[in-house]
Amino acid sequence: MTMPDIHTPAATAPSRDSSTETPLLELRDVSRRFGSRPDLAARISIALGAAKPPPVVHALDGVDLTIRRGEVLGLVGESGCGKSTLGRIAAGILPPSEGQVLWKGEDRKTLRGKRRLQADLEAQMIFQNPMAALNPRMTIETLVSEAPQIHGMINGDRAAYVDDYLVKAGFDPAMKRRLPHQFSGGQRARVNIARALAVQPEFLVCDESVAALDVSIQAQILNLFMDLREDLDLTYLFVSHDLGVVEHISDRVAIMYLGRVVEEAPVAEVFARPNHPYTQQLLAEVPRIRPGKRHFNAMKGELPSPLDPPKGCHFHPRCPFVHERCRVEAPVRREIAPGHSSACHLNDVSAAA
Amino acid sequence: MTPLLDVRDLVTTFPGRGRALRAVDEVSFQLGRGEVLGLVGESGSGKSVTGFSIMGLVDAPGRVASGQILFDGEDLAQLDAETRRSLRGRRIAMVFQDPMMTLNPVLRIGTQMTETLHAHEKLSAAEARARARDALGLVGIPSPQERLDAYPHEFSGGMRQRVAIAIALLHRPDLIIADEPTTALDVTIQAQIISEFQKLTEEQGTSVIWITHDLAIVSGLADRIAVMYGGRIVEAGTITEVLTAPRHPYTRGLIRSVPSENTRGTRLAQIPGVTPGLGRMPEGCAFRTRCPRATEVCSERPGRFGDAMAYHRCFHPHEEALA
Ligand SMILES: Nc1ncnc2c1ncn2[C@@H]1O[C@H](COP(=O)(O)OP(=O)(O)O)[C@@H](O)[C@H]1O
Ligand SMILES: Nc1ncnc2c1ncn2[C@@H]1O[C@H](COP(=O)(O)OP(=O)(O)O)[C@@H](O)[C@H]1O
Ligand code: SF4
Ligand code: SF4
Ligand SMILES: [Mg+2]
Ligand SMILES: [Mg+2]
Repeated sequence: MTMPDIHTPAATAPSRDSSTETPLLELRDVSRRFGSRPDLAARISIALGAAKPPPVVHALDGVDLTIRRGEVLGLVGESGCGKSTLGRIAAGILPPSEGQVLWKGEDRKTLRGKRRLQADLEAQMIFQNPMAALNPRMTIETLVSEAPQIHGMINGDRAAYVDDYLVKAGFDPAMKRRLPHQFSGGQRARVNIARALAVQPEFLVCDESVAALDVSIQAQILNLFMDLREDLDLTYLFVSHDLGVVEHISDRVAIMYLGRVVEEAPVAEVFARPNHPYTQQLLAEVPRIRPGKRHFNAMKGELPSPLDPPKGCHFHPRCPFVHERCRVEAPVRREIAPGHSSACHLNDVSAAA
Repeated sequence: MTPLLDVRDLVTTFPGRGRALRAVDEVSFQLGRGEVLGLVGESGSGKSVTGFSIMGLVDAPGRVASGQILFDGEDLAQLDAETRRSLRGRRIAMVFQDPMMTLNPVLRIGTQMTETLHAHEKLSAAEARARARDALGLVGIPSPQERLDAYPHEFSGGMRQRVAIAIALLHRPDLIIADEPTTALDVTIQAQIISEFQKLTEEQGTSVIWITHDLAIVSGLADRIAVMYGGRIVEAGTITEVLTAPRHPYTRGLIRSVPSENTRGTRLAQIPGVTPGLGRMPEGCAFRTRCPRATEVCSERPGRFGDAMAYHRCFHPHEEALA
């Protein structure tokens, strides 16, 4: 068999030998459903056909994902496809309905006591809306010191500890006695970051953390994330609907469609050679500053409802290459080149040819 | 030929502590028939208020304090409220970021559309309904006949915005002001809507002011661009001129802060600091507290250097093209 013509993965990937090291985080066949759990009486009437089953949202459906120490994994997809749900599970603040979440090789479910607490602190989440995440009545100082103080992480001077993390996040400590509403969106984002950093995490889940910011402020915060990664040896799961942002910051990218990861590859690879028909169409829309009038072409249709996902390949109602098999059988994600995997039946066809 | 729209030294103010604050500060630009102008800037730079001023929708105590808004040769700023209302929807229409600014939540879509039609045109109920149905079809709404009877909440965000666009286009207006109509939407839905909007306005020869913070969209959609900062247009020109060789340091900084394939793995160029609030705008050049090229002279207010179609407001403009 000849090797496919694939270039080496992005030069920005971490240099240590990540293939043998235990991944920082591993999701194995993780599913997450939302919806009311019927009680016994309801289950009986459903079984007897006397009542309709309550609506269940299939937010995540059998997701496998590995995050290696020191890397930035970008997660993209249309809204409602399950990015935040995956992010919350990765950060350990939401349990999966099924499947395993391995933190440093250990099943999160089996962690107890001190080890559990440690795992909780080591993974932190930074949300999209910094105002909603910050208690409006707490001063910046209290917001940042609260968690590390509870967990006995501040050995010396509390003020110095807080100042240190505010400075790391690029926030002027002279203003730490003020309340969140007295600051702009960019400054609040910095407070949010300082707050997450203050519990000395190893892993940050950034869920649309720069989405609400103006371009020039967004650039400042993206630079901050890059600096922190270097200085504090952080690993990121970077959730964003903005393809330009993902392309800029990620080492690897996972593409989601309606609860499933359909493709995953090093960033340069996936932008140069997208394999999955969904990825191909999604990436065709990467906004680029390119002077000259063009006609905007668009992928047809909208993301179907996760209440009733299409059978087989979730993408089949919108896919230009749909064929019989796609309507009945869900494609399995398989490696198509080193480090590059995709879930599409077309890959079987070309392998056989 | 006279341009369709010729805005001259428009100033729109809101009362501040002891003085009027200029949300729109001596804004001038022209828009030809069938032309698309991208009005670009970060939040608070005065894009929406510029749009509202042209529409005659600035609510008191805000007001258009001075300047001219020549629409087809007539100064809108001098017209009485009644005449302006009759122009709105018919000859000038606006699409908002939030489609619920246009849509009434308690009325069926079809009712809202036919009411709009009856307000400006003489036609039968059946004719109005047919027009409404066709308009929905044109913006890509599936089964438009049935959807006429639906309420706004029965539509997805993207579909609602399509309805708002269909309403804006109902009377084939000469000018559409689209104020960030796709900002809240997914990239895929955004591309669908832009593509339909582009097709329809090209067919109808509509002039468009497309307000956005997104330089990438504007670069592919507009003929010309005007960049706003602190209520002023700091640079205006053709898309190619401004995006390949920006003269103003702010324009340049903005373009270079956009993450993309070319910035992968590197630090983004940063504009230091934040935009000051209206009450704290520095005298002279509004950008001078953040500008790496600022000198003594920048405490004077820079005028417009260039002509009505292409100008910048900077004492030390860049001469070289963007790397
Ligand atoms: N707590 C919840 N209860 C019910 N449904 C939820 C909940 N959280 C998310 N969902 C649903 O799960 C799906 C995925 O949501 P989410 O993970 O937020 O997607 P994304 O972040 O990609 O927009 C959506 O249909 C959403 O409505
Ligand atoms: N109704 C209002 N009252 C007082 N100030 C306002 C009002 N509307 C807008 N402004 C101010 O005018 C400036 C320009 O606002 P706007 O045109 O909405 O900016 P943009 O659309 O570029 O984000 C901002 O400083 C804003 O705070
Ligand atoms: S499996 Fe079939 S429907 Fe799904 S992406 Fe591939 S070709 Fe399209
Ligand atoms: S006028 Fe001066 S301060 Fe303003 S942008 Fe030009 S160089 Fe900078
Ligand atoms: Mg989300
Ligand atoms: Mg606005």
